[in-house]
This record gives sequence, C-alpha cells and structure tokens, in this order.
Amino acid sequence: MLTEFGKIFIFFLLGIGLVAAGLVTAWLLRPARPYPEKRATYECGEEPIGSPWVRLNVRFYIIALIFLIFDVEVVFLFPWALVYRNLGLFGLFEMVVFLGILFVGYAYVWAKGDLSWDKPTPQIPTLHSRVHFSEGDLQTPSEQRR
Amino acid sequence: MIETVQQFILALLANELVVAVILSVLPLVFVIIYTLVVLYTEMKVAAHIQDRVAYMMTGWHGILQPIADMIKLLLKEDIIPEKADRILFRVAPYVTFAGSYAAFAVLPFTSIYIGANIHLGAFFLIASGSIVVVGILMAGWSSNNKWSLLGGLRSAAQMVSYEIPTALALVIVAMITGSLNLQEITKFQDGGIHNWLIFGGPFPLKTKLLLLPFTLITFIILFVASIAEVNRTPFDLPEAESELVQGFFTEYSGLRFAMFYLSEYANLFVVSALSVSLFLGGWSSPFGSVLSGPVWGIFWFVSKAYVLVLLQIWVRWTLPRLRVDQLMYVSWKVLTPWLFVCLLAVGAILVSVE
Repeated sequence: MLTEFGKIFIFFLLGIGLVAAGLVTAWLLRPARPYPEKRATYECGEEPIGSPWVRLNVRFYIIALIFLIFDVEVVFLFPWALVYRNLGLFGLFEMVVFLGILFVGYAYVWAKGDLSWDKPTPQIPTLHSRVHFSEGDLQTPSEQRR
Repeated sequence: MIETVQQFILALLANELVVAVILSVLPLVFVIIYTLVVLYTEMKVAAHIQDRVAYMMTGWHGILQPIADMIKLLLKEDIIPEKADRILFRVAPYVTFAGSYAAFAVLPFTSIYIGANIHLGAFFLIASGSIVVVGILMAGWSSNNKWSLLGGLRSAAQMVSYEIPTALALVIVAMITGSLNLQEITKFQDGGIHNWLIFGGPFPLKTKLLLLPFTLITFIILFVASIAEVNRTPFDLPEAESELVQGFFTEYSGLRFAMFYLSEYANLFVVSALSVSLFLGGWSSPFGSVLSGPVWGIFWFVSKAYVLVLLQIWVRWTLPRLRVDQLMYVSWKVLTPWLFVCLLAVGAILVSVE
C-alpha cells in the first residue's frame, strides 16, 4: 500500500501545504496597494543601473564541476561503506586504489590553483611599437585641449 | 451521537493514509513551535553576548515577541517587483521550505517514531538539502537584482562545497555502523554516553581508544560543515548584509520573506539533529537504561539538538564573517583532506580489529 517513500512524499506535500496555507491567510489579511515606486526593484535603495543578470565569475562553474566529480565519487563510496565490515582487508585495498585515483585528480586540481578563489593578477597592456611617440601623442583630446 | 463520532474516528484511524498524514503533521507542529522558541533564544543570547537586554516589552521579558513578529509579517503587504520573474519568484519559497521539511521524514525523534523508515535515511537528508539549494537559486535568479543573484550563487557554491565534507562524514559513520538509517545508527549507540560514536562507539576499550580521535575529528568537521550548510555566520556570505543587502531574499516581503527564515531555522534543526543522531546517540539516554523510553527519547533528542543549536548561535555572535576565498579554502583544503585521512584510518582500524 503506502510505501516509506510515499510517506516522504506526504512530507513534501505538507511542506508545500504549510507555505500555501500561510500565504492564503496572509492574502486574506494583508493590504494590497501597489504603486510604481513600491513595485520597483529595491536592490539597495538606489535606482538599479544596468541589467541585473550580470556576467558571473567563472570560478562558480569550476566549483560546480569539482563538486560534481566529488559527489559522484561519494555516491560510489556509500555502498562500499555499508558492507565494509564484511569485506575485510580486500575492501580496504579496493578503496585505497579507488581513492588513490581520485587523489591524483584532487592533487592536480589543487596544483592548478582551481581550488583557491584568489583574485587574478591584472595584466596592464603595454604598447610595443617602432614608431616613436612623444609625450603629447598619447594624451586624450580633452587633455590636449587643457 | 457520541458513538457515531467514535466510530467515525476509529474508521479514520483504520485508514493507513490518514494515519500517515497525522504522523507527518507532528513534526510540522514541532517546527513551528521550535522556530518561535529559537527566534526568541537567538535574540536573547545575541543581546546578552553584546551586553544588551533585547526586547522586554511584549510579555514577561519579551517572551511574546516572536508571536508579535509573526503577526506583523502576516499583515505586511506582499510586493512582487515589476521586473521579477513572477513564476519563479512565487515558487521559490515553496521549494525551499518543502525541501527542508522533507528532511524531517528521516529524523528518528524517538525509538518508536520516525516519519519514513527508509534504509537510505541519512543519504536522503543530504539530497533534500540540495533541493533547498535549488529554491535559493530560484529566489536569487528571479528577483531581478544583482545582489540577490550573487547571493544565490554564493549560497549554491557554498552549500555544494560543504556537502562533500558532510557526505564523507556520513561515509565514515556508515563504515562503523553498517547502516544509513538514522534509527539503526541511533540503536547502534544505545546504552549510555560511553557508547556514543563521538567517544568511539560501542566497541572493546582498545578499539574505542583507537577510533576516538578520528570520530571526534569527524564530528567537529561535520559541525563546521553544518554551520556552512545553513548559511549562518561565520559562513553567512549569501546574505552578507554589508555587501549584498539581504542576499537572495532582498526583494521578498511579508510572509514570503518569513518562509525563507522558517526554512533556515528548520534547516538549522535538521543539521543539528543529523549530528546528534550520527554522533551523540540520538534519542538514547546518556545514563544507559535510566531515564530512557519513548517519551524520554523525545526529550533527549530535542534537548541534544537544542544544545547544538545554542552552540551554533554562540558561534554566530562570536566570530566575524569569512571571505569567499577563505570559505573555499576551509572546505576544499582543510576539511576534505582531513576527512580522507579519517576515512582511511577508520578503515584500517576496523580491518585490523576484525
């Protein structure tokens, strides 16, 4: 009839139900007088500048990729851990090999510096040209006018 | 008339589904009461740490303040920003709270009560934690706000990074106990404080002393990771108010805003309860058979979890916030390698003993 996972489904539905019940109660009680200023994006009190969907730091993706690898590896560890005490020495060596392969990858990622979140050092472009520039040539028009 | 009512109730109780729903509602009632208690505790503890008194006006020492806050949030106008993604914006609180409430299904409150007695209990708990991440990302993305988006992404990066230490700590416990069902892990540690896994588990003295340092380290790591999982100071980068206003729920107001808080406090209990059932004996009494039994079980389980929650509150109001790079450093370069060491050491000890 009702399996154990069915009971978990009931928990999910109850979680949704509580939020729904709360919001319906609030909907009956609360005022609703919106006007444009109220419905504007708050952000930090000032008028927002530019699109909110900004370009993101690429490190978020790297972290996600590393997480994926480790998470899959942990999933493989679980069945082994559950029967570990019946496997004995064989189980230990099996897992030392498995973890060893993983550890090579881990050391590689560490050495490449993908685990650290340091800021990249800015590279200021320099101009290599055979043409000789005098001081005034590199000034902007507004500076020249001054 | 009374007989009909009695018959009706009996008929209801004969229905499996009705009983299951009633049993699943009990944790929901608990979550609401517990959240009010912890809100009050947190404000009072914070105030006394900072040499203030916190609220004193509503009721005796301000004890009715959480209820007043709840009523206030219920009566607040609900604002959805014009430019927000309306559907995702509305769905996000549901996903977040449903994810954190589903985790209560596998918590063994006492020896006779567990929502769903599945073999993968602790594993499911981690999975439902990932659903919360999805909800937070939805909230951050749909708000049409730079700070919300950054907060949501930080939260996702942080929660997935600290999921690895949590899962590895679980693997170590699974190796020792041979089970992932939190009820069975608790039963394994039953019989007094010396049998708890934090003190090496119910083994002969020599094995116990060998295991003790590693289980202790694992417990501490799990505790640190659990603070990060619920996004609290010193790991509260997703809602760092000095940088990101209020993080992923800046644009929310009224009860939707409150739902994120409710979910955060529910999560706080879940991670504390996970640490308790894995390492601190769950519902089992610290004095062996004295003061044990189903009712005392609830008392022990909730009070142990509450002590851990208090500890997290203490940490929150003591330490400053970490930077993002420090956060990643702690997770990937400190906690994970230590857990690999513990994993291999525990494995070697278990093999050499048997």
